[in-house]
Amino acid sequence: MGEPLVRMTGIEKRFPGVLALSDCRFELNAGEVHALVGENGAGKSTLMKILTGVYRKDAGSIVYKGRETDIPHTKAAQQLGIGIIHQELNLIPDLTVAQNLFIGREPRKWFGLLLDDKELERRTLHWLEQLNVNVDPKTKVADLTVAKQQMIEIVKALSYHSEVLIMDEPTAALTDAEIRELFRVIGRLKSSGVGIVYISHRMEELKVIADRITVMRDGRYVDTMPAADASIERIIAMMVGRELEERTKIGSGPGAGETVLEVKGLSRGSAVKDVSFRLRKGEILGIAGLMGAGRTEVARAIFGADRPDAGEIVVRGRKARIRHPHDAVRLGIGYLSEDRKRYGLLIDMDVCDNIAMASLPRFRRRTGWMRDKAMERAAEEQAGALRIKTPGIRQKVKFLSGGNQQKVVIGKWLVRDCDILIFDEPTRGIDVGAKAEIYALLEELAARGKSIVMISSELPEILRLSHRILVMCEGRMTGELSGAEATQENIMKLATQRGA
Amino acid sequence: MEMAAPTSLSRLAIFRKTGAFQKLLAFASLILLIVVFSASSPNFFKFDNIVGILLATAVTGVLALGSTFVIITGGIDLAVGTVMTFSSVIAGVIITFGSGSIVLGIAGAVAAGALCGAASGFAVSRMNIPPFIATLAVMMMTKGLSLVISGTKPIYFVDTPDFAKIALGTSIEAIIPGFAIPNAVFIFFGMAIIASLLLSKTIVGRYNFALGSNEEAARLSGINVRRWKIVIYTITGAFSGVAGILMASRLNSAQPALGQGYELEAIAAVVIGGTSLSGGRGSILGTVIGALIMSVLTNGLRILSVPQEWQTVIIGGVVLLAVYADMIRRRNA
Repeated sequence: MGEPLVRMTGIEKRFPGVLALSDCRFELNAGEVHALVGENGAGKSTLMKILTGVYRKDAGSIVYKGRETDIPHTKAAQQLGIGIIHQELNLIPDLTVAQNLFIGREPRKWFGLLLDDKELERRTLHWLEQLNVNVDPKTKVADLTVAKQQMIEIVKALSYHSEVLIMDEPTAALTDAEIRELFRVIGRLKSSGVGIVYISHRMEELKVIADRITVMRDGRYVDTMPAADASIERIIAMMVGRELEERTKIGSGPGAGETVLEVKGLSRGSAVKDVSFRLRKGEILGIAGLMGAGRTEVARAIFGADRPDAGEIVVRGRKARIRHPHDAVRLGIGYLSEDRKRYGLLIDMDVCDNIAMASLPRFRRRTGWMRDKAMERAAEEQAGALRIKTPGIRQKVKFLSGGNQQKVVIGKWLVRDCDILIFDEPTRGIDVGAKAEIYALLEELAARGKSIVMISSELPEILRLSHRILVMCEGRMTGELSGAEATQENIMKLATQRGA
Repeated sequence: MEMAAPTSLSRLAIFRKTGAFQKLLAFASLILLIVVFSASSPNFFKFDNIVGILLATAVTGVLALGSTFVIITGGIDLAVGTVMTFSSVIAGVIITFGSGSIVLGIAGAVAAGALCGAASGFAVSRMNIPPFIATLAVMMMTKGLSLVISGTKPIYFVDTPDFAKIALGTSIEAIIPGFAIPNAVFIFFGMAIIASLLLSKTIVGRYNFALGSNEEAARLSGINVRRWKIVIYTITGAFSGVAGILMASRLNSAQPALGQGYELEAIAAVVIGGTSLSGGRGSILGTVIGALIMSVLTNGLRILSVPQEWQTVIIGGVVLLAVYADMIRRRNA
């Protein structure tokens, strides 16, 4: 093996008041998948932003294809053949696949006066075939699944003759089948000599896809190792600088506590079909399933965010009429969305306002004035109890890390005294250390008598926390697991048990 | 260092939260304008002229105060100008053709304004019509209704000479002799205080910011978004009603053909004051300063003999600058 494709050494980056990266290094060979892992804030994205010309390094060197290279802006990175697939896709939904691929460089005819649609389609097909992606160039991007859109992004990056491709959490929104398809495409890219930087929080994936793994922590380089030699425990330990305990407690929960929530025959369109279950006091009930199985839709229907077509919800033995979220909240039900920035937080407002938002009437005097002191005290108390790391409760939530933002949303429902909590992907986009804290928090809440429904796509997470596990597939409840039956294999079997 | 950073950061956050910097910029612009005009003309900084400016601010100022509420939700109310006229016509009908009671007239005007606001709010929240269209419709309806009710003719308050004193009387002279500031000015500042308290000290104000910041998240926090939106549009309407009384009192008549165009001046004042049209951010103090900037500009340019046509051009430029400055600030925040 000769010179690597990319060699970054001694990289340093300062932001006002913060040393974001110090003495970082990273190497990428042609035809290699090199995973870059670390907690949020470890410096992965900053390092990659330097490689793609978003930021300029303050010190260090980048050697690209054997030559010392300066990458002053993103255009330069593109010209060098360094492409990136962002977590948020950058396609224009109302344009077709072909139009998206060649946007800004459309083939033309008649001295550049008219667009050449035939040539556009021909070129598009050429690139799609390169990766063996089966999509009609004339389909609108909006009509494609997220997985297919991602493929189009990869094809687009490749059509710029990229030799380095950076993928930021590419599997976050994909089903298992789609992930396999993505891995097949990655394999093809590898064999054609493209070097791939693979950023992911999903440890299980790395063993499958990565050749080497580099771990970063606190803006520093920790270690690089061949993926074959690395155990998940070891990687996590390196990322967090401490060992994480792993254990399963299925079946150890409250056996026959009172039923606080009962769902009977809930249906909504084709997303939710005749779903029924019971939630007991002090229980963590996991709902597993693949993406698109209808779990979020069940949660939203219970919470009144969407109106169900049929079904009955019984809260603490009484039939409930929930038509709006405020009806659900009045019954003590709280919902933490999988997309906390869109559905959970008032991102421009501060920690105090966010924590108090569901309980404002409680902090109102009879005269109508707000009792700000009492509100701040409650927020302060909650922030302390949940160990929210913030310079103060008047800090805007957009400046907090993902884990701390999630705690703010939890705090909102605790101040409201909700005792039925529906957590939808509570640890999505949260780094490993903060995940452990959220787990501990969920267990503590259950121990205090709160009843929790937890939707999660991460099997180890759901196995670790749940007392019972419900599995959904294509809108139906396909089974309930507890005790020794609760294994990854059994969950997957039920999760793929299509239409009876 | 770990210990020092958070305190300075939280102070910074409080600074941002109160929008002190934002108001400072608008306030500094206002002072600068006053200084420039005072230096350019000896006639500007005189008691009578300053009172004239304040009086000219009162009507659009009260409209702008009301508009601030709806604009903070991320909406817009195009109807405030014609609702103002509608309210003054209602006052005219009650006082001149009805009971003759001024108090009843005032109550009727404010109620009419609130009702129109509630109608806009209903259309926006229950019928899901975009605020621009819903309030455009209410604007046209109230404009037409004003003409219908009044028979297209102005209603004069001939039998109630006290009505004109609401805006133009100088009750303050009873306390400080010779200090002839019209009541309208005090009513404007009084309404500003009420608006400010509503926005910063009551639950409506909190929900107002929450709706503008992220309506879906507010809904999923269990806030009855639809109901509070109607409440907020109603508040805006009630302020238009107050503006209607001021307007009618100043002209000693209800002029049914007037009103359209005031909503745009009100929106301009709100925006100059740093309230974001995309919602979630804004302040009453900003709106007061924005309204003052508009009338100081108009007055100062007139004193400098700038033709009226050009005054409009310049004010348009100021709106553009204000919004641009706001965007730059936000990018840096």
